[in-house]
Amino acid sequence: MSHGELPLFYVFHFYLFGIIAIASALAFVTRKSPVAAVLWLVNTMFSLAALYVLLDAQFIGVIQVLVYAGAIMVVFLFVIMLLNLGHVSEIADARGMGWKLAAGLVGLALLAQVFALTRAQVPEALALPYGTIAQQVAAQGVIAPLAGPLFNEYLLAFEVTSVLLLAAVVGAVVLGKRRGRADAR
Amino acid sequence: MLAESLFFSAVLFTIGVVGVLTRRNAIIVFMCVELMLNAVNLTFVAFARVYGVAGQVFVFFVMTVAAAEAAVGLAIIIALFRHKQTVDLSNINLLKG
Amino acid sequence: MLLQHAATAGAHPLEGTVASYLWLLPLLPLLGFVLNGLLSLTSAFHLGPDDPSADHGTGSHPVAHDETGGGAHGDDHHAVQRHRYAGLVSLIGPGVLIAAFGLALAIFLAMRGLGEMHAPFVQRYFSWMTVGDLVLDASFQLDQLSMVMVLIITGVGALIHLFSVGYMRDDPGYPRYFAYLNLFVFFMLVLVLGANYPILFIGWEGVGLCSYLLIGFWFSEKANADAGKKAFIVNRIGDFGFLIAMFMLFANLGRLDFLGVNATAGQLQFGGVVVTAICLFIFLGCAGKSAQIPLYVWLPDAMAGPTPVSALIHAATMVTAGVYLIARSNVLFSMAPAAGLTVVLIGGLTAVFAASIGLKQWDIKKVLAYSTVSQLGYMFVGVGSGAYVAGVFHLMTHAFFKALLFLGSGSVIYAMHAAYHATHSHEDAQDMRNMGGMKKYMPVTWVLMWAATLAIAGVPPFAGFFSKDEILGSVFLRASHSTLADAHWLGIPGSYILYLVYVIGLAAAFMTAVYMTRMMIYTFHGPNRTGEKEREHLREAPWIMTGPLVVLGVLSVIGGWFNIPAALPVGPIGALDRWLEPVVGESALRAAGGTLPEATHSLEYSLIAVAIVIALAGIGFAFARLKPQRLLPKAQAPAEHGFGRVLENKYYVDEAYDAAVVQPVVDVSRGLLWRGIDVGVIDRLTRLIVQSKDDDAAPGAVPMGGWVTRAVGYLGSQLQSGRVGTYAWVLVVGVLFVLGAFSFR
Repeated sequence: MSHGELPLFYVFHFYLFGIIAIASALAFVTRKSPVAAVLWLVNTMFSLAALYVLLDAQFIGVIQVLVYAGAIMVVFLFVIMLLNLGHVSEIADARGMGWKLAAGLVGLALLAQVFALTRAQVPEALALPYGTIAQQVAAQGVIAPLAGPLFNEYLLAFEVTSVLLLAAVVGAVVLGKRRGRADAR
Repeated sequence: MLAESLFFSAVLFTIGVVGVLTRRNAIIVFMCVELMLNAVNLTFVAFARVYGVAGQVFVFFVMTVAAAEAAVGLAIIIALFRHKQTVDLSNINLLKG
Repeated sequence: MLLQHAATAGAHPLEGTVASYLWLLPLLPLLGFVLNGLLSLTSAFHLGPDDPSADHGTGSHPVAHDETGGGAHGDDHHAVQRHRYAGLVSLIGPGVLIAAFGLALAIFLAMRGLGEMHAPFVQRYFSWMTVGDLVLDASFQLDQLSMVMVLIITGVGALIHLFSVGYMRDDPGYPRYFAYLNLFVFFMLVLVLGANYPILFIGWEGVGLCSYLLIGFWFSEKANADAGKKAFIVNRIGDFGFLIAMFMLFANLGRLDFLGVNATAGQLQFGGVVVTAICLFIFLGCAGKSAQIPLYVWLPDAMAGPTPVSALIHAATMVTAGVYLIARSNVLFSMAPAAGLTVVLIGGLTAVFAASIGLKQWDIKKVLAYSTVSQLGYMFVGVGSGAYVAGVFHLMTHAFFKALLFLGSGSVIYAMHAAYHATHSHEDAQDMRNMGGMKKYMPVTWVLMWAATLAIAGVPPFAGFFSKDEILGSVFLRASHSTLADAHWLGIPGSYILYLVYVIGLAAAFMTAVYMTRMMIYTFHGPNRTGEKEREHLREAPWIMTGPLVVLGVLSVIGGWFNIPAALPVGPIGALDRWLEPVVGESALRAAGGTLPEATHSLEYSLIAVAIVIALAGIGFAFARLKPQRLLPKAQAPAEHGFGRVLENKYYVDEAYDAAVVQPVVDVSRGLLWRGIDVGVIDRLTRLIVQSKDDDAAPGAVPMGGWVTRAVGYLGSQLQSGRVGTYAWVLVVGVLFVLGAFSFR
């Protein structure tokens, strides 16, 4: 799909939000203060939500904001506040220069390999006609194209996920509980 | 838009990996993992646009699992903090042996 | 069990008869081995360095003790007792052999009842190896040739087992002996019954193993153990040749089963390099197993084993495996006249070479050993020249009279040993110079030994005459009428070679008569040199030992009548010829150039006359020239000098081999491989890596910190730090590798 067929408005905003996402991510990784890091990550997620909307996944975009940025990140923030980890001085920065360099190299290697993988060709036959999802959204609304498969083909996964959530809730409660006097040593 | 999305996704993922390898604060490392998950979500959505809505369904599940994982993981970190009074990864070697 | 045959459609006529129990034939002795082996293990764990079952004192000629007890070699020898299970073993050991012989006889009668049997009876038991193009089955093949061999093995074997019951009765290793003997018979039967070369090779190797075990039966004497080792190692050289031949067969014909090889051998060029090379390599194997030049050196040393072993293995059966192999491969050999000439020549040379050594040996068993080598040479002359029936015939008669000779000498040695026992003498019980005049003390043995001597010398109507005459006669005739005569051997025309071998054969026959008569004269005739006190103890052996001798004596007399030549119109003319015709007949024709050489009756009579004259001349010469009265016992005997000394020392062949082959190998092993590489390089390297600074440094070694080991250990320990960050690193690096693998596809 070449850019020529898409409106300039669309393409511009796509690149804009993409760059914001990457920049926010870079900022997130390099902050010394955990609170600042959390907030930059939230920004990354907002940009990603925008990208989702631009990619015809409107529902996912909204869920991203509601669940990811709004719930998960908030929990992170809560924990940081709870443990009083917000101060910069307590935790020194990352490991030394050597490690950072090594990490950087590893990162570049990973990037290179992932790029090599993106060259892989998925068979053309699998590709749906252009704009299928947009048409579905236009016809059935935003949620229906997603909900249909979710409750039909992927019903089993759906149910299993609910059990997973249950397990997570129980686990979190158990692990987070204070164990009385013996805990504070 | 597929190629550009994949590019962004790859870069975000790599940033996440570098963060995991570099940072010593456990919570920051955890958040880098979340970043990686988000990058993958972007890949899924981008592919869903071309190959069908199953990608979006998968994103749905990924988010759910991420939420569950975040909850449990943070609970672990809290328990760890209570035990060791620190979240510095270089001091935590309870897995040894 | 499936059956496969080459020629006839439908089932083989032998199927459904007693012949379908063919598999039972080797299984019976194997069962004997297992049972006797278990019985021998019951005493195995009580034995320490003074293992009486392995030790027979200090003498160089150990023999079982008789019930007079005590040790012949001084009172320090502990008291000898019969093995606890000796009675049971005496039943099992010979019992399975007698049962096997009975079965063999039944199968033989079934075969005879068929009249003509053109195709062999093959029983396939299971698929052994199927690898690529190689398809090998575990199957047995019964035809006229293997039937003859089976009868000889089980028949003579049974007699020797019975003899052993008496001979070895006081040996503490009694069950072990019979276990090994049974195992030997098992392997020998596998050898002759195998339907393809690899199965034959299994038997081949197995009999070599049993030969080693039995030669070194009294292994606490180093000389005995060395003899066993020598036999095995020299055999191995021959086995290498056999293997090469098998490889070449498979490479060129794609088949290794006898039927298949015989069917496809026609693809090879007659007299070409391939078939000649195959035959020569096969013969190398035969030279090892059947003690021909240059690999005969193990056989005289093998006399260190118990005498019945020498009779069974080194006279009647194992050493004949080579002859059997060539007879079995008759199709190949008939296509390679040059190889045939080689076999004939080496056989002839061996015959005369060994006979000459036998003229000057004093140990009675050594005389017989060289005699065996010589007679084997005759057999190879027979099968090499295309007269397969003659070779197999001589194999059969030789089994009879040589077994008789060995067992008879065993009786003599038994008596001598008992005598020396009683007087606590340390003299050599096997040296003829210590014997003499034994006919007075052991008349039955004396008569039987003379029967065997006349047989081996070739005096009619005894067995050896017919078989030897047939061999010499066929060589003479083929010298003018066969493919071998037309071929060339290193430029020399084949007919010259064959005539030469005929003459050599006559010379060897003369020498055979001489040395055998010499043996009889020195042992049984003349005055007795054993000693005053010992003489009282010399007596005939018990009937369990003399009985088999009688049977063999009868066979030595009538054994030759199975194949009377056409010139003598008495009895079954050419019975063996007709019997073996379906197996070797075609090849014999091919080797002879299309038609068998004919001899006029007058020519035949002349040849026969020459043979008889030679034999009688030899006997007469021995009686005339040898003066037993002038012999002195071994302890006082003067040393030989001149050519006699050369003969007595076997032409110094063993010494030559030692200097040329053994010593260099030992020197290279010790000097270069051990000192140079093992100690110098490998040990040093190990010390470098492993040694720590605190260790006492070996003189000359540089003390290192053991840093290699420590370094590797340190790196390893880092991986198990318990820190999450480390694990994350490892994880990511691993992911990189995996992705890399995908990227590079």
